[in-house]
Amino acid sequence: MAERPEGCALVTGASRGIGAAIAKSLAGDGWAVAVNYRSDADGAAAVVAAIEQAGGRAVALGADVAAPTAADELFAGAESHFGVPVLALVNNAGIAADNLFSMLGDDDWQRVIDTNLTGAFRLTRRALKAMMRARFGRIISISSVVGLRANPGQANYAAAKAGLIAMTKTVAVEVGRRGITANTVAPGWIDTDMTADVESGLTANIPARRAGTPEEVAACVSFLASDGAAYVNGAVLTVDGGLAA
Amino acid sequence: MSTVTSEQVESRVIETLASFGPDASQITRDATFEELDIDSLDLVELAQVVEDDYGVVLKGEDMKELKTVGQAVDLIVSRAE
Repeated sequence: MAERPEGCALVTGASRGIGAAIAKSLAGDGWAVAVNYRSDADGAAAVVAAIEQAGGRAVALGADVAAPTAADELFAGAESHFGVPVLALVNNAGIAADNLFSMLGDDDWQRVIDTNLTGAFRLTRRALKAMMRARFGRIISISSVVGLRANPGQANYAAAKAGLIAMTKTVAVEVGRRGITANTVAPGWIDTDMTADVESGLTANIPARRAGTPEEVAACVSFLASDGAAYVNGAVLTVDGGLAA
Repeated sequence: MSTVTSEQVESRVIETLASFGPDASQITRDATFEELDIDSLDLVELAQVVEDDYGVVLKGEDMKELKTVGQAVDLIVSRAE
Protein backbone atom coordinates (compact mmCIF):
# COMPACT_ATOMS: atom_id res chain seq x y z
CA MET A 1 0.00 0.00 0.00
CA ALA A 2 1.29 3.44 -0.90
CA GLU A 3 2.33 5.62 2.00
CA ARG A 4 -0.21 8.22 3.00
CA PRO A 5 0.69 11.62 1.56
CA GLU A 6 1.10 14.49 3.99
CA GLY A 7 -2.17 16.16 4.80
CA CYS A 8 -4.28 17.58 7.56
CA ALA A 9 -7.81 16.92 8.79
CA LEU A 10 -10.77 19.30 8.95
CA VAL A 11 -13.60 18.56 11.36
CA THR A 12 -16.67 20.79 11.11
CA GLY A 13 -18.69 21.61 14.20
CA ALA A 14 -15.84 20.53 16.43
CA SER A 15 -16.14 22.92 19.37
CA ARG A 16 -18.08 20.39 21.46
CA GLY A 17 -19.87 17.07 21.54
CA ILE A 18 -19.13 14.47 18.90
CA GLY A 19 -17.09 16.87 16.74
CA ALA A 20 -14.76 17.76 19.61
CA ALA A 21 -14.21 14.09 20.39
CA ILE A 22 -13.46 13.38 16.70
CA ALA A 23 -10.95 16.25 16.52
CA LYS A 24 -9.13 14.95 19.60
CA SER A 25 -9.17 11.38 18.36
CA LEU A 26 -7.76 12.26 14.92
CA ALA A 27 -5.10 14.43 16.53
CA GLY A 28 -4.18 11.44 18.69
CA ASP A 29 -3.76 9.44 15.48
CA GLY A 30 -1.21 11.97 14.25
CA TRP A 31 -3.38 14.21 12.07
CA ALA A 32 -2.94 17.98 12.30
CA VAL A 33 -6.56 19.04 12.85
CA ALA A 34 -8.51 22.15 11.87
CA VAL A 35 -11.23 22.56 14.49
CA ASN A 36 -14.17 24.38 12.91
CA TYR A 37 -16.77 26.17 15.01
CA ARG A 38 -19.68 28.46 14.23
CA SER A 39 -20.28 30.40 17.44
CA ASP A 40 -18.48 28.68 20.32
CA ALA A 41 -14.98 30.12 19.97
CA ASP A 42 -14.17 29.28 23.60
CA GLY A 43 -15.17 25.67 23.09
CA ALA A 44 -13.01 25.40 19.97
CA ALA A 45 -10.07 27.03 21.78
CA ALA A 46 -10.43 24.48 24.58
CA VAL A 47 -10.38 21.62 22.06
CA VAL A 48 -7.23 23.05 20.44
CA ALA A 49 -5.62 23.49 23.85
CA ALA A 50 -6.43 19.90 24.82
CA ILE A 51 -4.95 18.60 21.56
CA GLU A 52 -1.79 20.68 21.95
CA GLN A 53 -1.41 19.63 25.57
CA ALA A 54 -1.49 16.02 24.41
CA GLY A 55 1.31 16.79 21.93
CA GLY A 56 -0.85 17.21 18.83
CA ARG A 57 -1.34 20.03 16.36
CA ALA A 58 -4.61 21.94 15.90
CA VAL A 59 -6.05 25.26 14.86
CA ALA A 60 -9.51 26.74 15.49
CA LEU A 61 -11.30 28.11 12.43
CA GLY A 62 -14.60 29.96 12.70
CA ALA A 63 -17.16 29.64 9.89
CA ASP A 64 -20.82 28.81 9.48
CA VAL A 65 -20.83 25.84 7.10
CA ALA A 66 -24.25 26.94 5.82
CA ALA A 67 -22.58 29.99 4.24
CA PRO A 68 -21.62 29.52 0.57
CA THR A 69 -18.14 30.94 1.21
CA ALA A 70 -17.35 28.68 4.19
CA ALA A 71 -15.72 25.87 2.23
CA ASP A 72 -13.13 28.08 0.57
CA GLU A 73 -12.45 29.95 3.83
CA LEU A 74 -11.98 26.79 5.85
CA PHE A 75 -9.77 25.00 3.33
CA ALA A 76 -7.62 28.09 2.78
CA GLY A 77 -7.34 28.54 6.55
CA ALA A 78 -6.39 24.95 7.26
CA GLU A 79 -3.99 24.65 4.33
CA SER A 80 -2.19 27.91 5.04
CA HIS A 81 -1.85 27.12 8.75
CA PHE A 82 -0.50 23.60 8.35
CA GLY A 83 1.11 24.00 4.92
CA VAL A 84 -0.41 20.75 3.63
CA PRO A 85 -3.72 19.95 1.90
CA VAL A 86 -6.80 18.73 3.74
CA LEU A 87 -6.83 14.98 3.11
CA ALA A 88 -9.37 14.02 5.77
CA LEU A 89 -12.69 15.81 5.93
CA VAL A 90 -15.23 15.07 8.64
CA ASN A 91 -18.64 16.55 7.86
CA ASN A 92 -19.93 16.75 11.40
CA ALA A 93 -21.54 20.19 11.79
CA GLY A 94 -25.24 19.80 12.33
CA ILE A 95 -28.23 21.49 13.85
CA ALA A 96 -31.69 20.30 14.76
CA ALA A 97 -34.98 22.23 14.68
CA ASP A 98 -37.53 19.61 15.66
CA ASN A 99 -41.25 19.85 15.14
CA LEU A 100 -44.07 17.58 14.11
CA PHE A 101 -44.23 17.46 10.34
CA SER A 102 -47.48 19.42 10.02
CA MET A 103 -46.04 22.21 12.15
CA LEU A 104 -42.64 22.34 10.48
CA GLY A 105 -41.99 25.81 9.06
CA ASP A 106 -40.16 26.58 5.82
CA ASP A 107 -37.39 28.30 7.74
CA ASP A 108 -36.72 25.35 10.04
CA TRP A 109 -36.76 23.02 7.06
CA GLN A 110 -34.32 25.15 5.09
CA ARG A 111 -31.77 25.97 7.77
CA VAL A 112 -31.40 22.33 8.78
CA ILE A 113 -30.91 21.29 5.14
CA ASP A 114 -28.49 24.19 4.55
CA THR A 115 -26.25 23.32 7.50
CA ASN A 116 -26.49 19.54 7.63
CA LEU A 117 -26.55 18.71 3.93
CA THR A 118 -25.65 21.64 1.67
CA GLY A 119 -22.71 22.58 3.87
CA ALA A 120 -21.35 19.05 3.59
CA PHE A 121 -21.89 19.12 -0.18
CA ARG A 122 -19.80 22.26 -0.65
CA LEU A 123 -17.06 21.10 1.72
CA THR A 124 -16.82 17.70 0.07
CA ARG A 125 -16.69 19.23 -3.42
CA ARG A 126 -13.88 21.52 -2.28
CA ALA A 127 -12.06 18.66 -0.56
CA LEU A 128 -11.98 16.48 -3.66
CA LYS A 129 -9.74 18.93 -5.53
CA ALA A 130 -6.68 18.22 -3.42
CA MET A 131 -7.64 14.63 -2.66
CA MET A 132 -7.83 13.72 -6.35
CA ARG A 133 -4.37 15.20 -6.93
CA ALA A 134 -3.00 13.41 -3.89
CA ARG A 135 -4.57 10.09 -4.89
CA PHE A 136 -5.63 9.85 -1.28
CA GLY A 137 -8.53 11.14 0.75
CA ARG A 138 -10.85 10.32 3.60
CA ILE A 139 -14.33 11.80 3.65
CA ILE A 140 -16.40 10.88 6.68
CA SER A 141 -19.89 12.25 7.05
CA ILE A 142 -21.66 12.11 10.37
CA SER A 143 -25.23 11.13 9.67
CA SER A 144 -27.65 9.65 12.22
CA VAL A 145 -29.76 6.56 12.75
CA VAL A 146 -32.61 8.99 12.10
CA GLY A 147 -31.41 8.97 8.47
CA LEU A 148 -32.09 5.22 8.41
CA ARG A 149 -35.10 4.86 10.69
CA ALA A 150 -37.90 7.34 11.29
CA ASN A 151 -38.13 9.44 14.43
CA PRO A 152 -41.21 11.60 14.96
CA GLY A 153 -40.55 15.34 14.93
CA GLN A 154 -37.35 15.17 12.90
CA ALA A 155 -38.41 15.15 9.25
CA ASN A 156 -36.02 17.97 8.33
CA TYR A 157 -33.12 16.45 10.26
CA ALA A 158 -33.87 12.97 8.89
CA ALA A 159 -34.09 14.23 5.30
CA ALA A 160 -30.71 15.95 5.67
CA LYS A 161 -29.10 12.94 7.35
CA ALA A 162 -30.49 10.47 4.80
CA GLY A 163 -29.35 12.84 2.06
CA LEU A 164 -25.88 12.82 3.58
CA ILE A 165 -25.75 9.02 3.32
CA ALA A 166 -26.81 9.03 -0.33
CA MET A 167 -24.47 11.89 -1.19
CA THR A 168 -21.51 10.23 0.49
CA LYS A 169 -22.18 6.89 -1.24
CA THR A 170 -22.25 8.66 -4.61
CA VAL A 171 -18.92 10.33 -3.89
CA ALA A 172 -17.50 6.94 -2.90
CA VAL A 173 -18.31 5.36 -6.25
CA GLU A 174 -17.23 8.39 -8.28
CA VAL A 175 -13.77 8.85 -6.79
CA GLY A 176 -12.95 5.44 -5.29
CA ARG A 177 -10.40 4.78 -8.01
CA ARG A 178 -8.41 7.80 -6.87
CA GLY A 179 -7.60 6.30 -3.49
CA ILE A 180 -10.34 8.30 -1.83
CA THR A 181 -12.88 6.74 0.48
CA ALA A 182 -16.18 8.32 1.51
CA ASN A 183 -18.09 6.75 4.37
CA THR A 184 -20.86 7.67 6.75
CA VAL A 185 -21.11 7.16 10.47
CA ALA A 186 -24.64 7.01 11.82
CA PRO A 187 -24.72 7.58 15.57
CA GLY A 188 -27.76 6.72 17.61
CA TRP A 189 -28.47 8.37 20.92
CA ILE A 190 -25.19 9.91 22.03
CA ASP A 191 -24.85 11.81 25.27
CA THR A 192 -24.19 15.44 24.17
CA ASP A 193 -25.67 18.92 24.62
CA MET A 194 -27.85 18.25 21.58
CA THR A 195 -29.56 15.30 23.23
CA ALA A 196 -29.66 16.77 26.75
CA ASP A 197 -33.43 17.27 26.53
CA VAL A 198 -34.16 13.72 25.38
CA GLU A 199 -35.96 11.66 28.00
CA SER A 200 -33.62 9.20 29.67
CA GLY A 201 -36.43 6.61 29.59
CA LEU A 202 -35.60 6.07 25.91
CA THR A 203 -32.66 3.86 26.88
CA ALA A 204 -35.17 1.01 27.29
CA ASN A 205 -35.40 0.86 23.47
CA ILE A 206 -31.64 0.58 23.00
CA PRO A 207 -30.25 -2.96 23.16
CA ALA A 208 -27.17 -1.63 24.97
CA ARG A 209 -29.52 0.00 27.55
CA ARG A 210 -27.48 3.19 27.62
CA ALA A 211 -26.62 6.25 25.57
CA GLY A 212 -23.34 6.22 23.67
CA THR A 213 -20.43 8.58 24.25
CA PRO A 214 -18.88 11.01 21.76
CA GLU A 215 -15.64 9.07 22.13
CA GLU A 216 -17.34 5.89 20.90
CA VAL A 217 -18.35 7.71 17.71
CA ALA A 218 -14.90 9.27 17.39
CA ALA A 219 -13.23 5.85 17.57
CA CYS A 220 -15.18 4.79 14.47
CA VAL A 221 -14.21 7.96 12.62
CA SER A 222 -10.56 7.36 13.52
CA PHE A 223 -10.81 3.88 12.06
CA LEU A 224 -12.40 5.13 8.82
CA ALA A 225 -9.65 7.76 8.49
CA SER A 226 -6.92 5.18 9.04
CA ASP A 227 -4.89 3.25 6.47
CA GLY A 228 -6.54 0.11 7.79
CA ALA A 229 -9.88 1.28 6.37
CA ALA A 230 -8.56 1.78 2.83
CA TYR A 231 -10.95 -0.83 1.42
CA VAL A 232 -14.02 0.44 3.31
CA ASN A 233 -15.86 2.72 0.90
CA GLY A 234 -19.47 3.89 0.69
CA ALA A 235 -20.30 2.23 3.99
CA VAL A 236 -22.71 3.36 6.67
CA LEU A 237 -21.40 2.46 10.10
CA THR A 238 -24.09 2.64 12.75
CA VAL A 239 -22.87 3.46 16.24
CA ASP A 240 -26.07 3.11 18.17
CA GLY A 241 -25.84 0.32 20.72
CA GLY A 242 -27.92 -1.84 18.41
CA LEU A 243 -30.86 0.58 18.08
CA ALA A 244 -31.21 0.30 14.28
CA ALA A 245 -30.47 -3.42 14.12
CA MET B 1 -3.01 35.29 -19.82
CA SER B 2 -2.07 36.56 -23.27
CA THR B 3 1.38 35.01 -22.92
CA VAL B 4 0.01 31.46 -22.94
CA THR B 5 0.86 29.70 -26.18
CA SER B 6 -0.86 26.74 -27.75
CA GLU B 7 2.37 24.76 -27.39
CA GLN B 8 2.56 25.45 -23.66
CA VAL B 9 -1.03 24.39 -23.12
CA GLU B 10 -0.58 21.28 -25.26
CA SER B 11 2.50 20.26 -23.34
CA ARG B 12 0.72 20.76 -19.98
CA VAL B 13 -2.36 18.86 -21.16
CA ILE B 14 -0.24 15.95 -22.40
CA GLU B 15 1.74 15.88 -19.15
CA THR B 16 -1.50 15.80 -17.13
CA LEU B 17 -3.18 13.17 -19.29
CA ALA B 18 -0.05 11.01 -19.16
CA SER B 19 -0.31 11.02 -15.36
CA PHE B 20 -3.65 9.21 -15.74
CA GLY B 21 -2.09 6.20 -17.47
CA PRO B 22 -1.62 6.47 -21.24
CA ASP B 23 1.86 6.63 -22.68
CA ALA B 24 2.82 10.22 -23.57
CA SER B 25 3.71 9.12 -27.12
CA GLN B 26 0.08 8.07 -27.71
CA ILE B 27 -1.26 11.47 -26.68
CA THR B 28 -1.46 13.36 -29.96
CA ARG B 29 -3.82 16.17 -30.93
CA ASP B 30 -5.97 13.74 -32.89
CA ALA B 31 -6.13 11.08 -30.20
CA THR B 32 -9.58 10.72 -28.66
CA PHE B 33 -10.08 10.47 -24.93
CA GLU B 34 -11.88 7.20 -25.55
CA GLU B 35 -8.83 5.70 -27.30
CA LEU B 36 -6.60 6.91 -24.49
CA ASP B 37 -8.95 5.45 -21.89
CA ILE B 38 -9.34 8.89 -20.34
CA ASP B 39 -12.65 8.93 -18.48
CA SER B 40 -14.91 11.68 -17.18
CA LEU B 41 -13.18 11.79 -13.79
CA ASP B 42 -9.82 12.26 -15.50
CA LEU B 43 -11.30 15.19 -17.42
CA VAL B 44 -12.56 16.73 -14.18
CA GLU B 45 -9.02 16.56 -12.84
CA LEU B 46 -7.66 18.03 -16.07
CA ALA B 47 -10.14 20.90 -15.67
CA GLN B 48 -8.78 21.56 -12.17
CA VAL B 49 -5.21 21.68 -13.44
CA VAL B 50 -6.26 24.07 -16.20
CA GLU B 51 -8.09 26.29 -13.70
CA ASP B 52 -5.10 26.37 -11.34
CA ASP B 53 -2.52 26.99 -14.07
CA TYR B 54 -4.37 29.25 -16.50
CA GLY B 55 -7.36 30.58 -14.55
CA VAL B 56 -9.63 29.04 -17.15
CA VAL B 57 -12.82 27.60 -15.67
CA LEU B 58 -14.14 24.64 -17.63
CA LYS B 59 -17.67 23.57 -16.75
CA GLY B 60 -19.19 20.14 -17.08
CA GLU B 61 -20.98 21.22 -20.27
CA ASP B 62 -17.66 22.27 -21.83
CA MET B 63 -16.05 18.95 -21.01
CA LYS B 64 -18.90 16.90 -22.46
CA GLU B 65 -18.27 18.36 -25.91
CA LEU B 66 -14.59 17.44 -25.95
CA LYS B 67 -13.66 14.31 -27.86
CA THR B 68 -9.98 14.80 -28.73
CA VAL B 69 -6.86 16.16 -27.10
CA GLY B 70 -6.65 18.89 -29.76
CA GLN B 71 -10.18 20.09 -29.01
CA ALA B 72 -9.30 20.40 -25.32
CA VAL B 73 -6.11 22.35 -26.09
CA ASP B 74 -7.94 24.69 -28.48
CA LEU B 75 -10.73 25.35 -25.99
CA ILE B 76 -8.29 26.16 -23.19
CA VAL B 77 -6.21 28.45 -25.42
CA SER B 78 -9.31 30.30 -26.66
CA ARG B 79 -10.57 30.83 -23.10
CA ALA B 80 -7.13 31.93 -21.86
CA GLU B 81 -6.86 34.71 -24.45
